[in-house]
Amino acid sequence: MNKIKTSSKIYMAIIILFLYAPILVLVFYSFNEANSTSVFTGFSLKWYGELMKDTDTIQALKNTLILAVTSSILATILGTAAAVGINAMRSKPIKTTVLTATNIPMMNPDIVTGVSMMLLFVFLARLVGVTGVLGFSTLLIAHITFNLPYVILSVLPKFKQMDKHLSEAAQDLGCTPVQAFFHVILPSIMPGVFTGFIMSFTLSLDDFVISYFTSGPEFQTLPIRIFSMTKKRVTPDIYALSTILFVVILILLLLINVSQKRGENKKKVKKEI
Amino acid sequence: MKKLFSVLIAIVMVCLMSISAFSMDESAYKDTGLSGTTLNVYNWGEYISDGAEGSLNVNKRFEELTGIKVNYTNYDSNEDMYGKLKSGGASYDIIIPSDYMIQRLIREDMLLKIDFANVPNYKLIDEKYKGLFYDKKNEYTVPYAVGMVGLIYNTKMVDKAPTSWNAMWDKKYTGKILTFNNSRDAFAISQFLLGQDVNSTDEKDWYAALDKLKEQKPLIKSYVMDDVFNIMERNGAAMAPYYAGDFLTMKENNPDLAFVYPKEGTNAFVDCVCIPSTCQNKVAAELYINFLLEPEIALANAETIRYASPNTEVRKMDQYSLKDNEIIYPKDVKVYENVQYFENLPQETLSLITNLWDELKIEGTSNTNIYIGAGVAVVAIVGYAIYKAVKKKKIENA
Repeated sequence: MNKIKTSSKIYMAIIILFLYAPILVLVFYSFNEANSTSVFTGFSLKWYGELMKDTDTIQALKNTLILAVTSSILATILGTAAAVGINAMRSKPIKTTVLTATNIPMMNPDIVTGVSMMLLFVFLARLVGVTGVLGFSTLLIAHITFNLPYVILSVLPKFKQMDKHLSEAAQDLGCTPVQAFFHVILPSIMPGVFTGFIMSFTLSLDDFVISYFTSGPEFQTLPIRIFSMTKKRVTPDIYALSTILFVVILILLLLINVSQKRGENKKKVKKEI
Repeated sequence: MKKLFSVLIAIVMVCLMSISAFSMDESAYKDTGLSGTTLNVYNWGEYISDGAEGSLNVNKRFEELTGIKVNYTNYDSNEDMYGKLKSGGASYDIIIPSDYMIQRLIREDMLLKIDFANVPNYKLIDEKYKGLFYDKKNEYTVPYAVGMVGLIYNTKMVDKAPTSWNAMWDKKYTGKILTFNNSRDAFAISQFLLGQDVNSTDEKDWYAALDKLKEQKPLIKSYVMDDVFNIMERNGAAMAPYYAGDFLTMKENNPDLAFVYPKEGTNAFVDCVCIPSTCQNKVAAELYINFLLEPEIALANAETIRYASPNTEVRKMDQYSLKDNEIIYPKDVKVYENVQYFENLPQETLSLITNLWDELKIEGTSNTNIYIGAGVAVVAIVGYAIYKAVKKKKIENA
C-alpha cells in the first residue's frame, strides 16, 4: 500500500512539474536584468516598469479584455436563449440535428473558421460596397460565433437536472412565462450559464487564429501582437505581463474556490439546523 | 519655493525640448489639414522605436505633431502581410515589406506610386539603396532598414576564426553548428559556397545545393530561427548564420561571440516603406514616410532595430551608438560587392525549393526515431483497447 502511495506521489509531482515548469521559467526570467532567456544577470523589476511604458502592449491588452468581456457576455445571452429553445424541442431528430449543427463550429479547425469568416465578411462588404470592413465588429461577431457552442453545451445539461414541472408550477401560481423564466428557470440553470461565460471568456482571451484573420487595422489583440514579435525576439516585458496575468488568474481561482467552499459550508449548516 | 521649483522645471523642459527638436522642421507637420484623420500602419512586430527603455515613441510623436491618429498593427512575415492585403478586407495606408515581396506586390499592382514632392527627406537615403532590382525607377519604395547575414561564432569554441562558409562543413564542429530553419536562407549558404546565383531558376543548381546541404546535415545540431538567440547566448553551439543586427543583441549577453562576413558573399535584405493600393489617406501616408526619414526619428528607429540604416544623416550623428560599428556598417567594400538579394522566384522554382527542403529535412535518423516512437505508441494503444474489449466480453459471457 505504502509503495503505491509513494509512486503515485512521484507521478503527481512529475505531472505538476510538466504543467507548471514553463510558467515558472517565464516568471523567473521576467525578473531578469538582461533581455535574454538563457543568461540570468541579476534580479530586477526593470521589465515591469517597461511594461507600464509599453503603450502598444497595454493597448493590445485593453483591446483583448474589451473583446473578451463583450463577446462572452453576448455569447452567454445568445447561447442560453438557444439552449432554452433546444431544450423545448419536442421532436428528437430535429433536436439532435440542431445540436450537431451548433457543435460543428467547435470541432471545426480554427483556421477553417477564421478563413471562412474573413471571406464572408469581405464578400458581404463588397456586396454593400464597403472597403476595409475588418475591425472590431467583425472580430466580435467571430468571437461570439466560436463561443456559442460552448455556452450551449454547458447550459443544456442543467435543464436535464432541473425538474421539468417547476416552470409549470410557477405559472400555475400566477407567474407570466417571462417571470417564470427569470425567477425559476434562470436561477436553477445559473451554474451552467456561469461556466459557459467563463469558458467563452477564456477562449476569447487567448484565441489567435480566428482573430488573426478577422481583425483589421484599428483593433489588435494581445495574442496577435505577441505572435508578430518574430522578426526581433519577444521582449521580456511580455514575460512580465504573462506573470501578472498568471498571478491574477491564480488569485481569481483561489477566490472562486474559497467562496464555493463557504457556500457549501453554509448549506451544510442550514441543513443541520 | 514652489515658484522656484516650477521655474526650474520649465527650464529643464525647454532644454529637453530643444534637444529633442534639434533638426526637425516641425511646421511641416502642423496645420496640414489632415488633423483628425486616421492612418493605418502595418509593420513587423518590434520594428519601430516605441518608447521602450526610454526611447522615443515614434507613433505618439507623429500623432502629437500632426493630429493624425495612427492605428499601428503588426504582422510576423511578408507572406502573412500579403495574405491580409490580398483578402481586401482591411485597408492599410503604410506597409513595410521586404525586397522580394515588394517585387511581387508591384507585379500584382498592389502598390501606389509615392509622390516624392511630399517626401522631401527622400534625399537623405543612401544612393546605394536606390534603384535596386525591386524598384528600379524609385517610384514605389523608401528604404527603412537593411540587414545582412553573416556567420556568428563562439570564440571559445572554435580554434581559428572562420572566414568562409566552409567552416559550417568542418567535421571538427560536428553537433555544434546551427543553421537556418528556412529553406531559402539555408540553401543560400550552400549556393554561396558553390558560387551560384541565389536567384537561379536552373533545377541543376538547386539539386547541387541540396547535395551540399545533405553533406552538412550530420554535422548540424539543429535548424533554428529565433532559438538561435538562446542557444548562442548560453554557449550551446559554436557557430550559426544570422543577421548582423541580431548578433549585437546576442553579444550583449555573451561577450565570447564574434561575427564575420564570409568571403564567398552573403545575402542582404532591404525592408522598405510602401503605400498599398488599399490606401485611403495617401497624403497622410506620405507625410508619415517623410516623418520616418527625419534624422531624429530615423535615429531612434535605427537604435531600436539595430539593422543598418539607409539614412545618410543618421550615419553622421555623433549620438548614434552604432555609428562606427563595423558589423552593421562594414568598412570593407568587398562585403557589399559580394552581396546578393533574394528575388521573387517563379512558382515552379519555389515549389522545387519546398520539395528539396522537405527531402533534406525528412531524410535521416532523427525522423525515423519519431516514426518508430509514434508507431509503438499507436500499437500500444490499440493493443490496450483490444485487451479491454476482450476482457469486457469475457465478463459479459461469464
